[in-house]
Amino acid sequence: MTGEKLKFAFYWAASCGGCEIAVLDMNEAILEVVSAADILFWPVAIDTKYSDVEAMEDGHIDVCFFNGAIRNSEQKELAHLLRKKSKVLVAFGSCAVTGGIPGLANLSSRKGVFETVYLDNASIENPDGTVPETSSRVKEGELTIPEFFDTVDTLDQTVEVDYYLPGCPPPTALIMNAINAILSGELPPKGSVIAPARSVCDECRFEKSEKRITKIKRIYEVEELEDRCLLEQGIICMGPATRGGCGAPCLEANMPCTGCGGPTPNSLDQGGKMISALASVLGIDSEAVSSDKEVEAMLDRLIDPVGTFYKYGLPSALIKRRVMKE
Amino acid sequence: MMEDFEPTVVAFLCNWCSYAGADLAGTSRLKYPSNIRSIRVMCSGRVDPIFILDALKEGIDGVLVAGCHPGDCHYQSGNYKTNRKIKLIKRLLSELNIEPDRVRFEYISASEGQKFATVVTEFVGRLKEMGPSPLKEACE
Repeated sequence: MTGEKLKFAFYWAASCGGCEIAVLDMNEAILEVVSAADILFWPVAIDTKYSDVEAMEDGHIDVCFFNGAIRNSEQKELAHLLRKKSKVLVAFGSCAVTGGIPGLANLSSRKGVFETVYLDNASIENPDGTVPETSSRVKEGELTIPEFFDTVDTLDQTVEVDYYLPGCPPPTALIMNAINAILSGELPPKGSVIAPARSVCDECRFEKSEKRITKIKRIYEVEELEDRCLLEQGIICMGPATRGGCGAPCLEANMPCTGCGGPTPNSLDQGGKMISALASVLGIDSEAVSSDKEVEAMLDRLIDPVGTFYKYGLPSALIKRRVMKE
Repeated sequence: MMEDFEPTVVAFLCNWCSYAGADLAGTSRLKYPSNIRSIRVMCSGRVDPIFILDALKEGIDGVLVAGCHPGDCHYQSGNYKTNRKIKLIKRLLSELNIEPDRVRFEYISASEGQKFATVVTEFVGRLKEMGPSPLKEACE
């Protein structure tokens, strides 16, 4: 590297802010980062304006870490702007990579979301039925706000993305990994996911044996947790269908994986893989004698298939939204 | 619904039973609609849910998966797993507001040419009632 400092930018779109905290979770290592790179734009931490970014030459920013999904026109505009101004664009965190929790809004529509948030909600009093409009007249003039989209998109459905850093939020070790790779100029091929090519199960502390379960259980239904694979105990754990790199901290805390790492390498659809895994182990002891009714009864215990299998990834799934019929 | 709508159906047929059943339907000169595109797989258990979701995403109107009868699977238990897989996929589709009947699983043995023809005829009829897949326009 030459003496010149690298130029970084951070941006948040439809996200919760956890990814910003994850950056700070580097602790004192962040001092090394700022000694090697200048941060030109970071709305959560420094006072810079969109116009500052607009004034930059194209490709001025070396690396932009973009977290959050795309669900309104402001986020879309910033995605295009930062793409133009950055040499390398990193989709940072589940929301940018696969859609994340905001992506579950694809089970509804703008109308449905507005109804729940502004009209039909026990804690809301809105007798005039006011919902956000992109433009409204007040006596001082016209006020405008960004347009809210019907469908949540991932970052790479909006602009071209160079690297992916999954996780909700991305684990500190992976962030450090990515930043070190950038600083040393040893980046993997474009389009890579900067995380290991293995599943969460490979990193999980629990002992695994032959999987055969008779009943799907929700966590509160397990009175005494045994010290072995949670899926084998009937708890739906997304580990088999989820990319690792996190070190399985949820499992460390006796909680099942919910899938924030996104699909495993070369898998087109995380939920599809989990359906395959679950169908292969559920009720195999009695499969030769089970009636269809008994099989359905077993599956009835899966309350919310989309929320279970695509908690962080509905916008990037093969079927990315609920069909809305008028 | 459109009167002249012809659904496109992908059929995954197991090598040992259902594909032979389809063959028998052919050699017996049984009539069934030409809407299906057959894909031979070694076992219905080979059918990854992703194949089905991908087919639907690409605008296919219906997916038929057929395997050996219970107890007859050449690989012992592939058909049982597929039965559960398909039931799970149907639940997923319901939540996504896509008619679960667009995916169908049937046990068809090598001697059941007649059943194959009946199932295909029925399925295509049902899909005609349902109309084109709601995902079709999304992919155009």
